[in-house]
Amino acid sequence: MATATVTIEHGKSDPVLRLGGHFVTEALAAIEDRFALFATDAKKVQVDLTEVQTLDTGGAWMIANLKARLQAEGVVLELVGCSAERLALINTVADALPTEVGIDAPPGGFLAWIEELGGKTVALFKAVLSFLNFTGLVLHRLSRTAVKPWRLRGISLVSQMQEVGLNAVPIIALMGFLIGIVLAFQGAAQLRQFGAEVFVVDLIAVSVLRELGILLTAIIVAGRSGSAFTASIGSMKVREEIDAMRTLGLDPVEVLVLPRVLALIVMLPILGLIANICALVGGALMSWIELGISPGMFMTRFVDNTDVWHLGVGMIKAPFFAFVISIVGCWQALQVGGSSESVGQRTTQSVVQSIFLVIVLDACFSVFFAEVGL
Amino acid sequence: MKDTPDQSHPADTAQTREAVIQVRGLRTAFGPQVVHENLDLDVWRGEVLGIVGGSGTGKSVLLRSIVGLIRPAAGNIRVLGTDVVNGPEADRRRVEKQWGVAFQDGALFSSLTVLQNVMAPMREHLRLSHGLMKGLGELKISLVGLPPLSCGKFPSELSGGMRKRAALARALALDPQIVFLDEPTAGLDPIGAAAYDDLIGELQNSLGLTVFMVTHDLDSLYAICNRVAVLAEKRVLVEGPVENMVEVDHPWVQEYFTGPRARAAKATD
Repeated sequence: MATATVTIEHGKSDPVLRLGGHFVTEALAAIEDRFALFATDAKKVQVDLTEVQTLDTGGAWMIANLKARLQAEGVVLELVGCSAERLALINTVADALPTEVGIDAPPGGFLAWIEELGGKTVALFKAVLSFLNFTGLVLHRLSRTAVKPWRLRGISLVSQMQEVGLNAVPIIALMGFLIGIVLAFQGAAQLRQFGAEVFVVDLIAVSVLRELGILLTAIIVAGRSGSAFTASIGSMKVREEIDAMRTLGLDPVEVLVLPRVLALIVMLPILGLIANICALVGGALMSWIELGISPGMFMTRFVDNTDVWHLGVGMIKAPFFAFVISIVGCWQALQVGGSSESVGQRTTQSVVQSIFLVIVLDACFSVFFAEVGL
Repeated sequence: MKDTPDQSHPADTAQTREAVIQVRGLRTAFGPQVVHENLDLDVWRGEVLGIVGGSGTGKSVLLRSIVGLIRPAAGNIRVLGTDVVNGPEADRRRVEKQWGVAFQDGALFSSLTVLQNVMAPMREHLRLSHGLMKGLGELKISLVGLPPLSCGKFPSELSGGMRKRAALARALALDPQIVFLDEPTAGLDPIGAAAYDDLIGELQNSLGLTVFMVTHDLDSLYAICNRVAVLAEKRVLVEGPVENMVEVDHPWVQEYFTGPRARAAKATD
């Protein structure tokens, strides 16, 4: 590693700083203090660079800084043994020395807290307003597409359906199957205490068809596809592709948002149905192993005792969940700022908000169905 | 260094020149598409080399190959005497400290402020106190002509030209021997571009910097480039001082260096 040396000579006349070695950035740490603490009563200081082997901007900065500091104290700094190129470098650096700029310190304490609270509240209201505005915009475009169906981007819609629907089937099926197993297992343990093992069929059928199948599917889709919507459209926003679309007379909502919204509205009920079937299969399998309820008996009891409205109640919710997930994903994408970091932040927010809203919506539906007596 | 008759072109004299970058028999290919075939190039210490060529001739690919971002299919690249393609990792790391790269769109880290961006390589490679790094960072930012206020800004808050300057400041952070610039003046206003050229020339003179510059800016070529290398037909077609380019008998070179823009650039030189 390169080293730099400083020798300070306080003779009878003016002090001399003899610099030597490699006066480069990586060697500065060792001599930083020598320079910072240097002070003199003399009116003139000599800096001798004869022994310096290499000099870079870091070294030149040290010398220029010292010169500026001494000048402010009324001391003249004279360079000795300095070649023309080095002098040019030191002068370049001296000219570029940043002048101190005072930045106002942010206010602290209670006032800052109030200010932050107010800022966040206003930001929240603005966000809600912007979200409602976007929802309205998408609904308007949806209804316009209903009147003029040829404006729909067919290829994009189909490719999105494959991405959010078909490609999600394995994970959704596995998830459903496991939920069925868990329910049968837990239900069996409780119901066995009353000798009412056979009711495990009703337990699985009602809980899966009404609630769990579609809710868990929606949560997985929110994590899988909602985040993908935000990330893909968001990075397009960063690269100004959205702006380019607008200037070309293309409507980003129509081109990017509608196919995603429609694809999810079509595919989420299908995925929910797959999850339901897999959960029933898993439940039946576990009931057979754990409780000795044969698949045939499971089937008979399921068909006889389960009202078809249980399935209906679950399925009605699916398109609404799909709408919420896709709208939140796309809206968050369009809030992305200029940096790639904000894509990450928005994607996280998109997943959290869509899962939260799905659960809120589910609770509303539960109250609603209870009121109407379904 | 021996006294040379022409001080402005120190790299022209055969006795004194030392190749800091040596490319031999380079072949780069992306699948079936061959970008470079048997490409040879030398970059001499202390010169400003301009790389020109039509779109898609692999100028940026050449730059990326030299700094190790693309692995060549065949050939040899030596930087400061070190084999950067097949040499040991430790040698490569040492050489990496000796170069700085300024990418076309800046490629600044978007989660860091401009000052933090410039300080990032110092933090990584040097053991300096925070105050020292901050001071040096502010100096580099000021050297490239950015106002002190931009230190605290994030890259997304800067204009394209300012991002380019910030990228140069980051490339200069470690006081490298070689600086790679990808289209440094593209997108700058003429005054800004001329100031940038002056800055490169000044830094090259005072620091003995070697500059490898991919550029389309004819003004830059005439103003600061000691030598020009033309990429065409998958190799370095010709190289030499920009003044000699008009005599090269090749349709693309002729059109490039004798076109109306070239004449205007030459007239103002």
